[in-house]
Amino acid sequence: MDILDINIILYSAAFGLMLIGIGGIVISNHLIRIIFGIALLEAGANLLLLLSTYHEGASAPIIVDGSVPAMMADPVPQALVLTAIVIGVGILALALSLAIRVQRAYGTLDMREVRLKLEQEISENAGIEMPSSSHAPAVTTANSAAAQQESGS
Amino acid sequence: MRRFTAALFLLGLGVMIAAIYQHMDFSNTAVNAGQAINAVAAEETGAANFVTSVVLAYRGIDTLLELTILFTAAMIGGMVLGRRRVDAPRDPDAGFILRTGADLLFPLLLVVGLYIILHGHLTPGGGFQGGVILASAFFLPLLARPGSSINQDVISIVEGLAGATFIIIGLLAMFDGKEFLTPLLDKGELGALISAGTLPILYLAVGIKVGSELAGLLAHLAEAEALD
Repeated sequence: MDILDINIILYSAAFGLMLIGIGGIVISNHLIRIIFGIALLEAGANLLLLLSTYHEGASAPIIVDGSVPAMMADPVPQALVLTAIVIGVGILALALSLAIRVQRAYGTLDMREVRLKLEQEISENAGIEMPSSSHAPAVTTANSAAAQQESGS
Repeated sequence: MRRFTAALFLLGLGVMIAAIYQHMDFSNTAVNAGQAINAVAAEETGAANFVTSVVLAYRGIDTLLELTILFTAAMIGGMVLGRRRVDAPRDPDAGFILRTGADLLFPLLLVVGLYIILHGHLTPGGGFQGGVILASAFFLPLLARPGSSINQDVISIVEGLAGATFIIIGLLAMFDGKEFLTPLLDKGELGALISAGTLPILYLAVGIKVGSELAGLLAHLAEAEALD
């Protein structure tokens, strides 16, 4: 496997973009960075889709001045990516508008603080105790009363 | 701890992809529909750009659904952001360079956007790309002067008319006894501006719809109230 093969480079770029995107989503705590991670993941996915029918030396699938090129690229993934890019812009704008709402409601874009404030809100309004850690099951008033009865008897 | 597990997850994903690399046959592609389309598209649709043939003729109903996704995203964006209060503070006007640039670029962007939309069946481009350029043409003045605003009612009317045009052209094919969104009209000479039947009209509808939708969504984003 030649490391300088054009296919290897292109696929590495596609998978690399996707890995960086997924890394941004799972590692970072800031909402804007998570949204940028989604954008990178989307770019990698689009590149991968285009590469699925890549032929070295193929020309664009367009007839110019009536001459038909010997080998033309596959138009199907190009049409798919064409619409996917525009939809990606729409989804990105939607995600950013949700981030604006989060910023307005909680005053921060840090997911840890947002999560903490969400738990506080839930415990204030629904009477559910705040969990000791993110993995602990929520304690409702009903089952905490049952637990107290058990320990009492 | 969370960062460590995330890094471990990424490492595992990377190793998995590397393992897929070992078995990949790069030179042979499994998908062959494209070559078949390349062979017949010029005669069947009359468009010199085969990507346009695929987008509007072979999978036109997919394009309609993708427009619906974009419409839903724009609608929910507007719903989430809501209307701004009348007395909410606005950002000050942008600097001299952006204001002058916006004034100069507006007509140029309009021309380029419409050119790309109308030549979508001949050259690389089309309704989606040209629509985004149109949206940026209407969004740029809003960046330069945050005080001015786009009329959202006009945008939604234009967008609705464009979407209705797309569907009505599709329905006309059904009245003709063909399937939904079958290209109609004379195919004309391959490579001429007026050719490929209804495909340029469909792309114009797509371009106007995408442009007005994105312009409305971006205007909503720009109009979102600044924090006190």
